[in-house]
Amino acid sequence: MTIRSGHEVVNMERRNALKAGGSFGLLALFGAFGLMKSGVALAAWNKPAFSSKTMDDALAAMGAVAPEANSVFIQLTVPEIAENGAIVPVTVVSTIPKTEQVSIFVDKNPNVMAANFVFPEGTESMVTTRVKMGKTANVVALVKADGKFYRTAKEVKVTAGGCGG
Amino acid sequence: MGNPMKIRAAVKDGVTEVKVLMQHNMETGLRKDADGNLVPAWFITEVKAQHMGRTVLEAQFGQSVSKNPYLMFRFKGGAAGEKITVSWVDNMGDTRSDEAAITA
Repeated sequence: MTIRSGHEVVNMERRNALKAGGSFGLLALFGAFGLMKSGVALAAWNKPAFSSKTMDDALAAMGAVAPEANSVFIQLTVPEIAENGAIVPVTVVSTIPKTEQVSIFVDKNPNVMAANFVFPEGTESMVTTRVKMGKTANVVALVKADGKFYRTAKEVKVTAGGCGG
Repeated sequence: MGNPMKIRAAVKDGVTEVKVLMQHNMETGLRKDADGNLVPAWFITEVKAQHMGRTVLEAQFGQSVSKNPYLMFRFKGGAAGEKITVSWVDNMGDTRSDEAAITA
């Protein structure tokens, strides 16, 4: 939405600029490029989220304030007990319509956010990956669907931590 | 440059399942080596999978993703012989891109 309105602004600027002369037209073009770049940056690596030390901070950094708990439409598959915390398989399947994004967190890891997945149109809203767990903790799945956030969590008991040391 | 990924993609009933195994240490930056020095953080931050030039999955990773990251996902479409390309970037600016053909 921001991008769209941004384009409108740029188009108006550009229209005016074209009236004013070629050099302004160039400026407007640079402006459009700048907007595109910032638009791309939004989808890129979310440093505040990935640097968060607590779930609350991470959720806030993801723009997910008080996500609705939903364990029916989000299937989170994790082992009950992980003998090796270095490799804990995690599968998230969301059947919430218009799921566009799935994020995975480990609430007791030093950096709680593990991964974020963005599903373009045509990609099924499911993913399997493997995460490290320093100790027994909750694996949290956060789903963004149609602009709203939902979450579910499951505890994994870790018998040997996976963060070296 | 990075080390090569293993990519398997198979289409069944109009859905392509992609499995990717990347080779990367995924250092958290919190681990100490034998001499007690911190090993600097070194991990993949962004992953992108494309089918015939169209993005089918975008991912961002943090330090909590396991060493040699594994991914499995599915998208509608794809035909035997068509190419899947997966690329990643890490926090040191290293990149790697590999491709595989979809099998039936």
